[in-house]
Amino acid sequence: MANFYLDNEILKFHLNHPMMKTVVRLRERDFTQKDKYDFAPLYYEDAIDSYNKVMEIVGEISADIIDPNAESVDSEGPQLINNRVHYAAGTVRNLQALNDAGLNSFTYPREFKGSNFPILTYVMAAEILSRADAGFVNIYGLQDCGETIREFASQEIKEKYLPMFAEGKTAAMILTEPDAGSDLQAVSLSAKYDEGKKTWLLNGVKRFITNGDADISLILARSEEGTSDGRGLSLFLYERDKTVTIRRIEHKLGIVGSPTCEMVFKDSPALIIGERRLGLIKYVMSLMNAARLGIGGQSVGIAEACYREALKYAKEREQFGKKINNFPAVYEMLTNMKVMIQAARTLLYETAIHVDVYKTFSAIEEERKLTPEEKQLAKKSQKYSDIFTPLIKLVASEYCNKIAYDAIQIHGGTGFMMDFPVQRYYRDARITSIYEGTTQLQVVAAIRGVTNGTFLNIIKEEYQPKELKPELEFMKKTLAEMTEEYEIATKKVIETKDNEFLDFHARRLVEMVGNIVMGYLMITDSNRNEELKRMTEIFIKKVKSENKNMFNYVMESEQKDIPSFKYYI
Amino acid sequence: MGLKIIVLAKQVPDTRNVGKDAMKEDGTINRGALPAVFNPEDLNALEQALRLKAKYPGSEIILLTMGPTRAAEIIREALYRGIDKGYLLTDRKFAGSDTLATSYAISLAIKKLSPYDIIIGGRQAIDGDTAQVGPQTAEKLGIPQITYAEEIVECNEANNNIIVKRRLERGIEIVKSTLPVLITVHSSAPACRTQNAKLFMKYKHARTVSELQNESEDYIKLQKDRAYLNIEEWSVDDINADIQLLGLSGSPTKVKKIENVVLKHKEVATIDSNENSIGKLMKELIDNHIIG
Repeated sequence: MANFYLDNEILKFHLNHPMMKTVVRLRERDFTQKDKYDFAPLYYEDAIDSYNKVMEIVGEISADIIDPNAESVDSEGPQLINNRVHYAAGTVRNLQALNDAGLNSFTYPREFKGSNFPILTYVMAAEILSRADAGFVNIYGLQDCGETIREFASQEIKEKYLPMFAEGKTAAMILTEPDAGSDLQAVSLSAKYDEGKKTWLLNGVKRFITNGDADISLILARSEEGTSDGRGLSLFLYERDKTVTIRRIEHKLGIVGSPTCEMVFKDSPALIIGERRLGLIKYVMSLMNAARLGIGGQSVGIAEACYREALKYAKEREQFGKKINNFPAVYEMLTNMKVMIQAARTLLYETAIHVDVYKTFSAIEEERKLTPEEKQLAKKSQKYSDIFTPLIKLVASEYCNKIAYDAIQIHGGTGFMMDFPVQRYYRDARITSIYEGTTQLQVVAAIRGVTNGTFLNIIKEEYQPKELKPELEFMKKTLAEMTEEYEIATKKVIETKDNEFLDFHARRLVEMVGNIVMGYLMITDSNRNEELKRMTEIFIKKVKSENKNMFNYVMESEQKDIPSFKYYI
Repeated sequence: MGLKIIVLAKQVPDTRNVGKDAMKEDGTINRGALPAVFNPEDLNALEQALRLKAKYPGSEIILLTMGPTRAAEIIREALYRGIDKGYLLTDRKFAGSDTLATSYAISLAIKKLSPYDIIIGGRQAIDGDTAQVGPQTAEKLGIPQITYAEEIVECNEANNNIIVKRRLERGIEIVKSTLPVLITVHSSAPACRTQNAKLFMKYKHARTVSELQNESEDYIKLQKDRAYLNIEEWSVDDINADIQLLGLSGSPTKVKKIENVVLKHKEVATIDSNENSIGKLMKELIDNHIIG
């Protein structure tokens, strides 16, 4: 009986994040739901005990059902028959197992048949499940759509649709069009209100839609005729009927089990979510942020699978008379994998807990006024979430790709054959830095935290004053030096007042500050868990030299260099 | 309407992961060294019961187990998977019972739970491997039994009968029986579903009276306020059993001797993949009458 939660003890450490107590108390409204719902927790320890058990169930399903199904799902893939998507047989079994376990509406309030679990636990489930089958998580993870319905839809819509997810109905977020990918402002699928039929009708084409044949979908459409930007778009809820034609399922490099559809809407009836014109600028932004956090979890999960396969292989494979894990070239790669996974993981759960805090406060705000202290905490958490979310998406997905690459490298020629799971991880990893906003777009979102000083404030006001055990102080000193470099480099770029020069160096600055943030999070973790100290030391040494490199490049770079980069294009 | 199903289950030492200290020097099982688990084939049986419940709305599943206080753990595990109520037969006077005495106690408990439609359990427990308790219980209750079941194909309440697929050594057999019936389930039946998160949260505080002895007043009050948290505990007296027919006195089975059997590898021969070597191998196999 394998278990992907129990065999990875560090997950329990993150489940017990110091801020968890606050989150649970808020989410459970001081444990007042226990008389109304027989499955609501009685007190904090009771809640944590339940989360732990639920993670155990997720770990068991991942190891015993989803992981063994992954290979056949990857080779079979979904099929399009008579305008309906049929999942691979393994995918159907996976969904059934999660349904039976009651894991389909993780974060929704209990009144809508949800479990009211914190977002952190949901992200952790995504990590664990992704270690088994990343493509499957794309279907499972679309319960994010329900979270958007909860946040922004009318009470009537919430009452009708949210409980359907608990019963196993599937979801899709339908945004992309042939001419609107990264630039969603260009969405053109039209939504018109039909006075006769008393409903909105959708017409147009959508492309690259994950799980397009879902039971319930959220669709971004142009409701304001004559507009051409994001402010003319609204968000709609569409329940699958015969008005939509699925043209095709894409053939993809990876995440094969997840059906990616091209679909045509013809007078498809839809309900509006929230207010008109806020579709992209408010609702989809929120939905995308949740999805980005999910991709963070997915990336860490794939990376974990890669590391474990590579380590196993290296311990078994003998060359030149010894197991290859004894060669520096190999053990360095393996250890770096492990350390990078942990750095991304700590940022992942740190981000998740901040999202938890601010989302819970916004739900509470619908019930009562927040106290000034609560308002302050909510604001702070939202600030963190806004810059950490693109950062974790960027870091985790890029790390995941690097780790998948190295995992194949360690397998040598064997890894290039289709016989080992590592080739699937490598193919699955590739999409993580592309969808839900490419790495380059995450930089665009995160650079705001660089230019307006938010990252620096967090480092100086929160991380640097933190008291640590004396044996960790030397690492803190290194991070302080790295922060100085970052500050100098940032200042230099900003002072040019040249936007193109800033864009040119944006990724470097974001990566520099990302390394510093992860370094601080890791020493804070080491303060709670001595086991992590060694890893933290390796990580900080590694990113110190990376940052130095980026620092030198930024400092030696000049505005007049830019034209040369355009010369060959 | 719906069916009333009684699942028979046992908590057993996990003999699938046996370490060095699994056996004591005297040859008996060192229960302390092995984790206690839900007997695997009883889980297959539970899954069949849960499927019946889903198929025939209004059905009720009761789990009955006999064992020490800690055996309440498997009742909780079953609650997390969807049963309605659990009973634990526990009493020092049961200690040392062989299959005959055990089936006597269980049949009395079942009579107390009458009427019922289906009694279902695993074919055998991994600690004793006798496969006797199920059949003996059916005999004592005077009801038909179907052993080695793999699937309950259909249950027709109106006609009072059930159709069951049995897994036999050389194939399958489909049989029909009247109700009530006792069924023992084979490991080739579908694995049991995982525990359900919401049911776990609902039943995690379910306790027997014995388990509550050292708990706080608040905790005991919780049990009183929520009747579904009560795991019923039955003693010898509760089932009106004759003590002479229980425990060692009620058990004709006497263990004379237990020995460790260590399977040794015999001589290993390496055969090259050429005509000559394979020819020699074939000759040896034919000479030894292994083939031909």
